[in-house]
Amino acid sequence: MINTLKKYKFFIIVGVIDLIWGLLNPSVGLKSLQISADSLGEMFTIVPPVFILLGLFDVWVPRTTIIKLMGEGSGWLGAILAFALGSFSAGPLYAAFPVAGVLLSKGSRFSNVLIFIGAWSTTKVPMLLFEAASLGWRFMFYRLLINIVGILLIGYAVGKMITDQDRRLLYDKVLTLPT
Amino acid sequence: MFITGLYLLTAGLLVISMRKDKRKTMMSLKKSWKSLENILPQFMTIILLIGMMLAVLSPQDISKLIGQESGWGGLMIAAVIGAVTLIPGFVAFPLAAALLKSGAGLIQVTVFVTSLMGVGVVTMPIEIKYFGRKAAILRNALALVFSFVTAFTMGAVLK
Repeated sequence: MINTLKKYKFFIIVGVIDLIWGLLNPSVGLKSLQISADSLGEMFTIVPPVFILLGLFDVWVPRTTIIKLMGEGSGWLGAILAFALGSFSAGPLYAAFPVAGVLLSKGSRFSNVLIFIGAWSTTKVPMLLFEAASLGWRFMFYRLLINIVGILLIGYAVGKMITDQDRRLLYDKVLTLPT
Repeated sequence: MFITGLYLLTAGLLVISMRKDKRKTMMSLKKSWKSLENILPQFMTIILLIGMMLAVLSPQDISKLIGQESGWGGLMIAAVIGAVTLIPGFVAFPLAAALLKSGAGLIQVTVFVTSLMGVGVVTMPIEIKYFGRKAAILRNALALVFSFVTAFTMGAVLK
């Protein structure tokens, strides 16, 4: 009980602020509640399959496979795989981090995990189609092209800036997370 | 359509897994639940924050802020709004199209769209939990810088 309260500490704080604010300004409060309910709906449609896949992946795919495909020595193949994995996904960015955590704990190279996050956030295929419909194919195409370069650059840059010590801490931390 | 595909894929793999090894499948479901339970408090907090933020800053407000101010001021506003808000793509892209139609600059709109997608101030606590503070801050800072690079390049290409 106490543990649950502790885990939901921030949720409760934000919730109380939300409540007080909503009472002071009912129209905004009601609107915020409605938007939250919509996002909650989105979360509950997308989160169950993503987490079930995550569990299956964790149990069935051996660590050695991921090290080979996306680990330190995986080169371009690893980067391309990370890109594809992120692009053919669905759901908001926050759902990507647990997946990234599993990839890390399975021995994926850090820069590849960052590429995966970059792809999930900016080159998701369903979103690209929607982007083309709203802003035109030219806009979508050029943004995609520039962002592919950016995602790779950011992935490698952050991977380089993280020292070996940071990395060890990171891998230890991810391995102790109950994934 | 994509969601349906995701559910079909999940169901299919789950059935195959069950047939191959029931015990292992139960273990995987337990893991799914545990990792979800572990991150659920943060997810729920984000859900509340999204509601609060979009209630204060409606698409109309955003279009006023980005639409009126052009130049560097508008650029900065666009980048900040993109970085701190969390708007789903199916709201953001039509908003961006409307912004362009109502006379906002292409560079400003592109900064808004790219920082919205790549930079997540609200999701930072989750990112830190999995990547550590240093990597999370670095990734977001670089993504913010790159949203400017994207915008200026787009501005030059799509003139």
